[in-house]
Amino acid sequence: MLRRDFLNISIKASTVLGMSSVVPAISFKDTYDKHITILHTNDVHSQIDPFSSDHHKYANRGGVSRRYHVIKQVLKENKNTLVLDAGDSFQGTPYFNFYGGELEFKLMSKMGYHASTIGNHEFDNGIGNIAAQLEHAQFDMLNANYDFTNTILDGLVKPNQIYEVDGVKIGIFGLGIELDGLVPKSLYKETEYLNPLEIAQDQVNTLKNDYKCDLVVCLSHLGYKYKSDKIDDIKLAEQTHDIDLIIGGHTHTFLKEPNYVTNKSGRKTIVNQVGYAGLYLGRIDFYLSSGKDKNTKNSVVSL
Amino acid sequence: MTVKLKLQHLLVISILLCLACNDGFQVQQTGQERTAITDSIPNDKALEDFISPYRNKIKGEMEKVLSYNANPMFPKDTPYNTAIGNMMADAVYELANPLFYSKFKDSIDVVLLNHGGIRAGMSQGDIKTRTAFSIMPFENMVVVAELDAVAMKEMFNYLSKGKAHPFSNMSLVIDGNNKLKEAKINQQELDESRTYFVATSDYLIKGGDNMDFFQKAKNIYEIDYKLRNLLIDYFQKKDTISYSSDDRFIKLK
Repeated sequence: MLRRDFLNISIKASTVLGMSSVVPAISFKDTYDKHITILHTNDVHSQIDPFSSDHHKYANRGGVSRRYHVIKQVLKENKNTLVLDAGDSFQGTPYFNFYGGELEFKLMSKMGYHASTIGNHEFDNGIGNIAAQLEHAQFDMLNANYDFTNTILDGLVKPNQIYEVDGVKIGIFGLGIELDGLVPKSLYKETEYLNPLEIAQDQVNTLKNDYKCDLVVCLSHLGYKYKSDKIDDIKLAEQTHDIDLIIGGHTHTFLKEPNYVTNKSGRKTIVNQVGYAGLYLGRIDFYLSSGKDKNTKNSVVSL
Repeated sequence: MTVKLKLQHLLVISILLCLACNDGFQVQQTGQERTAITDSIPNDKALEDFISPYRNKIKGEMEKVLSYNANPMFPKDTPYNTAIGNMMADAVYELANPLFYSKFKDSIDVVLLNHGGIRAGMSQGDIKTRTAFSIMPFENMVVVAELDAVAMKEMFNYLSKGKAHPFSNMSLVIDGNNKLKEAKINQQELDESRTYFVATSDYLIKGGDNMDFFQKAKNIYEIDYKLRNLLIDYFQKKDTISYSSDDRFIKLK
């Protein structure tokens, strides 16, 4: 359960052997300055209680209160932690039918979630319900490719948010799936879907170049991988520059470990998704060092 | 001299560039982990206490007795038409019709649901809110499609395949080769000169179960009524439910 893998993504990174899972990274502390932990869920689908003991597949698994216990443990280990979700926290148990998403958002707030994005099922009780339930959310609801201008969500959903954690600037933006054919128009109303690929590159440029973010994270509800040419997290990673991490959802994909996709800059974009219903809590750790931006080096050389 | 100047320039430019650039952080390594949330992990007590009242209210509501079911009925009991399907379609006819009339001043002619949409059966005994949730766990809405005679005939042909799709206020007879012998709506033959109002679920309107004739609807009317809520209201209205299969859809030998 507490398997931990490390991936060298730069030449400078040292090889680490025999890491303790309880106290990570201490043994190579001198090789990095900052440690950022990202915890994540997706498609929790109102699974507030664990699955019942007679469930055919997931008996006694999941449950919000257990997840929060784990989150608190991680926070004790590293307070520099962001808690994120990739959408579809609504729909799936009577909690949603009875309370319309209120409890889901209240619990995410209590657990210290920093941000989530809008999944297609967030629209199940209409766009007006999203607006109403956001009053219970003390986290940011992020989406960059739905134009909400002519809807009740105008101003309530931000394209991105920058979080400064221990001096590290983390820019996070959200992407949502095409709603036409998936959600009745009567529910999403005048929401306009914009091309996620173009929007994503815009967002990365803004966060990386204008706001000088050290890390760029995308909360995506596009889906992990489609055989068709429909945009998915893998294609998104391949066809954009400089996204460090894509936390995906929608396809309920259980990844045992993240996928490291070579992006357009030739670097690695981490793509992860942890199934659904809160059966797992995903975790990605970033170990960062201060140093000159490599763009600077290039500029000097070109003189 | 020139070389020196160049070096000085380089230094200045480098410093300027560094002031302008992100003197931030670069990723050296990443780590990954996936924690399974199982019963070996303790509950956070404060969060459990917060959830409790919400949970108890649902439990109370879900266990609320709405009616009594006299005959056990399950989706696969009988071919062509089933007790539970007949009940669902008749319930939609009974409760959606007044609502449709008050909104649009027209009457529903036919109700058509889909067999796959009956997600559970009903045992003999108390009918609870939970029962309605198990039969209809989805959030589908009742909608009314206005179909012309051509689309209605396509509907008859679709149904002639013989699957026990629930319907109400209509009767069908097919022969041994699944060919349509007779179709009546409200005990009348199809009138080619008029349109018909067919109540169904938004799932089928959107192409579910390939009921393509719904794609030809002249109009779609929304009555803002969830199928599950309709069932809950129906159960509350009835003291006892006692349904059986009948002759609304028969196949000749």
